[in-house]
Amino acid sequence: MMQGLRKDLTTGVIALVAMTIALGLVYPLAITGISQVFFSGSADGSKVSYDGKVVGSHLIGQEFKGKAYFHSRPSATGYSGNVTYFGNEGPNSVETREEIREELKAYVQLNKPYDHSLTREDVPVDAVTQSASGVDPDISEANAEIQAHRIAAVRHLSLGKVEELISQNTDSRSLGVLGEPGVNVLELNIALEEEAPLR
Amino acid sequence: MLEGYLQIALFIAVLVALIKPMGIYLARVFNGERTFLTPVLGGVERGTYRLLRVDPDGEGQDWKAYARSLIVFSLLFWILLYLILRTQGIQPFNPEGFHSGPWDLSFNTTSSFLTNTNWQFYGGETTLTYFAQMAGLAVQNFVSAAVGIAVVAALIRGIVARSGKSLGNFWQDIVRIILYVLLPISVVGALFLVSQGVIQNLSHATVIHTLSGGTQVLAQGPVASQEAIKELGTNGGGFFNVNSAYPFENSSGLTNFFEMLLILVIPAGLTYTYGRMVGSQRQGWAIFSAMFVLFIIGVVVVYIAEQHGTPAEHAAGLHTTAFHGSTGGNMEGKEQRFGIANSSLWTAITTVTSCGAVNAAFESLSGIGGAVPFSNLGYSEVVFGGVGTGLYSMLLYVLLAVFIGGLMVGRTPEYLGKKIGAREIKLVSLGVLFTPLAVLLSAGAASATELGKRSLYAGINPSGFSENLYAYLSQANNNGSAWAGYTGFLQPHAPGNVGAYGITFANLLGGFVMVTARYAPILFVLAVAGALAGKKVSPAGLGTMRTDNPTFVFLLIGIVVLVGALTFFPAILLGPIANGLTSRLF
Repeated sequence: MMQGLRKDLTTGVIALVAMTIALGLVYPLAITGISQVFFSGSADGSKVSYDGKVVGSHLIGQEFKGKAYFHSRPSATGYSGNVTYFGNEGPNSVETREEIREELKAYVQLNKPYDHSLTREDVPVDAVTQSASGVDPDISEANAEIQAHRIAAVRHLSLGKVEELISQNTDSRSLGVLGEPGVNVLELNIALEEEAPLR
Repeated sequence: MLEGYLQIALFIAVLVALIKPMGIYLARVFNGERTFLTPVLGGVERGTYRLLRVDPDGEGQDWKAYARSLIVFSLLFWILLYLILRTQGIQPFNPEGFHSGPWDLSFNTTSSFLTNTNWQFYGGETTLTYFAQMAGLAVQNFVSAAVGIAVVAALIRGIVARSGKSLGNFWQDIVRIILYVLLPISVVGALFLVSQGVIQNLSHATVIHTLSGGTQVLAQGPVASQEAIKELGTNGGGFFNVNSAYPFENSSGLTNFFEMLLILVIPAGLTYTYGRMVGSQRQGWAIFSAMFVLFIIGVVVVYIAEQHGTPAEHAAGLHTTAFHGSTGGNMEGKEQRFGIANSSLWTAITTVTSCGAVNAAFESLSGIGGAVPFSNLGYSEVVFGGVGTGLYSMLLYVLLAVFIGGLMVGRTPEYLGKKIGAREIKLVSLGVLFTPLAVLLSAGAASATELGKRSLYAGINPSGFSENLYAYLSQANNNGSAWAGYTGFLQPHAPGNVGAYGITFANLLGGFVMVTARYAPILFVLAVAGALAGKKVSPAGLGTMRTDNPTFVFLLIGIVVLVGALTFFPAILLGPIANGLTSRLF
């Protein structure tokens, strides 16, 4: 018994060192090396540029305020990209109700002047609920469609043109079937800036 | 909802198609046979045996020797991981300059990753160095998964063995499982994930000047290499705090689909491996069917419930019906690219298996939708379950079902020709009941005393009760998903550990529960394997109760549900179902 234990300890210590080196250093560093060579864009975070400067990541949503931009989904974290947590708004919580009520009111107030038929019933769920990551890069097509009226008026573009930009910046379902379509807010706003700069 | 169901059906079709090839491959790995990777990896395998001083052609270990190797191996890794987590300040690959967190958090995290739980009181991007993530946690993702798979291999050998007491060689099992299964799939999986947008670098966090003139800091790191094994090994510990909801971990509908497959492919494939090794595929399919039925019920319930929306949303005046261009449903705490269907499917998958990675916020699930993760954990992770752990726990239930079925028809219980005696049934009962007991004692201790109160986020109400119960359900079942509000670690100046402190009670109780509820059942399982190994096999007669037909599948489901329901139904009623039955807000 003692001899078996001693043998196990020896083998165990060797295994510990070998596996930590092989699985903990060689494996991740090799993956990093290969990724940096073949997929450097996505390995470094799918960054997108405007006017020659990096302004964000295709995959990470950011905050947009005011009338001239499409707005991202509400975020519990202030769109943080380095301190993430869930909003944890419970299904039966008064707080959740108040939060969503506020968001609904603000959303209708912001967009109704440009889309007179807009009522609370028309507001898609994603527009007033917090995303899981806090940095959801996408909004639903219905959400973009409503905001398009505002953007067209503020940027002096035709509604048709804005809708065209929306469809150009919509990530459809992967392979046509997987997931849900989403309009990439950052890419869409960049396209707007290129089409009709504010200044 | 039709498109959602189509996606779910597609997922299931692909999964089922993978079961046979995966099952055969795993059986070859367990049996020490050649695989298509042997020409590439055979040399490495033999070299590793020489390095570890293991004789691959030896006579194997009996259950006690197998268990001893397993415990020694795990204990050594516990010490190493704890040391790694305590010495962050002197580590390389630490661009953010993080120091170590509090000791009690390290105790909890070490116990968590060692046991394949990956319960996380911390957020990875705000507390850990890249070195700790890679050399500490990701190594455990491989190793703890391999330990679970090794135990089921040993149990199957015990069930099959007609002579001798050998359950195989622990060291050889670990080496072959990592080398031939976990590592190659992780390499391919990680590279695929990177190609689809999951990040993989060692850079400092990137400061971005956003389009509208703000600032956003994007945490970086070697994410893909960890993401692949985190799903494949049903570990579930996210590189980021919000886990697979974060786009840098799970960037699209395709990565989501792929990651869900990684989670289930080994637990589902093992049922086929089992049938192959015991010499009757029908036995494997019977177990698969029982798991599958319970799984599908969970998927459908959570999908319908989430698509309906929540009382709080309806009270706020939000219309949660789907229409053109909008998924409708409860999108609180969910991502647009996954929508309701893929968030629901993932939620069911991650809780039937002991993965615990999430792509949506559990605390924001509707009442009835949230009851699904609870029930799945209440079944003690036997519905597919963790890699290895799921099947070995289910096999305990199979033996229990054989025993109870035998009592009902008045025959000596037999399984695959082996008589199930008093010793086996005692061990099986201990193995089956240990985890639920650990849950009830720890959750009860935490909610009955003031000590647990500090960890609650939602306060003293059904949601708060859910948080507390779920925390111990998840830790005892080695799942690791969280009703996220429950905390054991506070970090006032995140990112970084300056001024951070732990809630010692939650950290220690959780860590202790994870370790005991992992290793006690493993010991019972190995003891059962030891008791069955070498037993005489009597030929099946007319009176033998069959274990490969629908009647037995039904019996097995009944027993799993009964044990889970009797143990947890009262507690689940107080939490999510209380939420689900009322439109009242708290």
